[in-house]
Amino acid sequence: MDYNFHWQPVIGRLPDLLLASLDTLQVAALSIVLGIVIGLLLAILRMNARGRWTPLQWFAVAWIEIARNTPVLFQLFFFGFGLGAWGWHLSPFMIVLAGLSFNCAGYLAENFRGGFQSIPDTQYRAARSVGMSAGQTYYHIIIPQVLRKVWHPLTNQIVWAVLMSSLGMLVGYQELTGSAQYFASRTYRIFEYFAVVALIYYALVKLILMASRMLGWRLFRSEGGV
Amino acid sequence: MDYFSGLQLKDLGFLAEAAGRTLLISGVSIGIGSLVGLIFGWLLTVLGRTGRFLLNAVLDVFRSIPLLIQLVLFYNLFPIIGFSLGPFAAGTLVLTVYTVALVSNVTRSGLESVSPDLRRAARSLGLSYWQDMRHIVWPVGLRAVFPAWVGVALSVVKDSALVSVLGYVELLRASQTLITRTQEPLIILAIAGAFYFALSFPMARAASLYEKRWAQ
Repeated sequence: MDYNFHWQPVIGRLPDLLLASLDTLQVAALSIVLGIVIGLLLAILRMNARGRWTPLQWFAVAWIEIARNTPVLFQLFFFGFGLGAWGWHLSPFMIVLAGLSFNCAGYLAENFRGGFQSIPDTQYRAARSVGMSAGQTYYHIIIPQVLRKVWHPLTNQIVWAVLMSSLGMLVGYQELTGSAQYFASRTYRIFEYFAVVALIYYALVKLILMASRMLGWRLFRSEGGV
Repeated sequence: MDYFSGLQLKDLGFLAEAAGRTLLISGVSIGIGSLVGLIFGWLLTVLGRTGRFLLNAVLDVFRSIPLLIQLVLFYNLFPIIGFSLGPFAAGTLVLTVYTVALVSNVTRSGLESVSPDLRRAARSLGLSYWQDMRHIVWPVGLRAVFPAWVGVALSVVKDSALVSVLGYVELLRASQTLITRTQEPLIILAIAGAFYFALSFPMARAASLYEKRWAQ
């Protein structure tokens, strides 16, 4: 082996890389929030599809299935070059945000749908017949159970969003991976940079899993944890 | 001088060839990765505490680091240790390891889903360990997680798009090349997307129907 590892340039850039990992967390967090909101809407639309489908329901089903059955990178390219054909030019940050939100919404919609459908109708009726309003029923009875059901898939989706945001490198967004590539291209220390970045991602993922477990333990402890 | 030219019939051939490469690299990775993943998944159910912890920790690394980073790392690692791998070999290696990490988890949960009572019953009927495996545990346990395995396989097909960063001309990279030349992003991306969709959607649907029938 006649290769000399040079870690010095990477160590020197460590503060920059850690700052860039904040961008990674930011874009992942935003796309998860958007993904939850849109995913809920899509799930509600899809669950109400009985018999004849309205255009709105077609829209929801198309969104969910395209998000789940095409590569994320394809979805990013679509928001990147595809929209360009209509004269819409998104910034690299917006491309990543739009692509990840689109993807997360599709996956989360199916998780939410599974969560809602696992609650029997009779619970809703029982809650209404003891005098709860529709809002109270959802707040006290339905949502807590659904939240517990989707807690694990939601955590996975958050981890995925962080991992997938690395594709920002390919559309010119300088999050953690993108900036690592930028710094590496100036020093040709590609392996060293990406090894350090891999460690940072690993630490981020473990932190998220730990936070989710602790929060889940607090939220669901009356029912014996997650 | 005209730098750009419209979409031609032979471009479709170019895309089809690239789609074939997407199928090839994901097929090889899914095939080898699933076999090794089956073995590792089984190991996770029979190893002792320490062995299980170590194997899990190693497999977990590949699930906790972006695939893109894994590809770039491996591709750059081989020249360092003295021999170089082409984009196809490096991409296949990384995708295979990634598949192993995912499939071993699926296999483990499948094997663990077989109730100990059922296995004890089999053993007390006089079946040997391997007969119990072959006739009871595999058919029951692996069938239960078959839909999950289809999900893993489909995600590997989709993730194979990332091998394009190493310069391997699979479907998505081919479509990018064509977009640069023809300046027709919408139609070309639609074709590429339709290919992935046509492959993934029916299989995902079939797996979920199978799962529903199995649940009854």
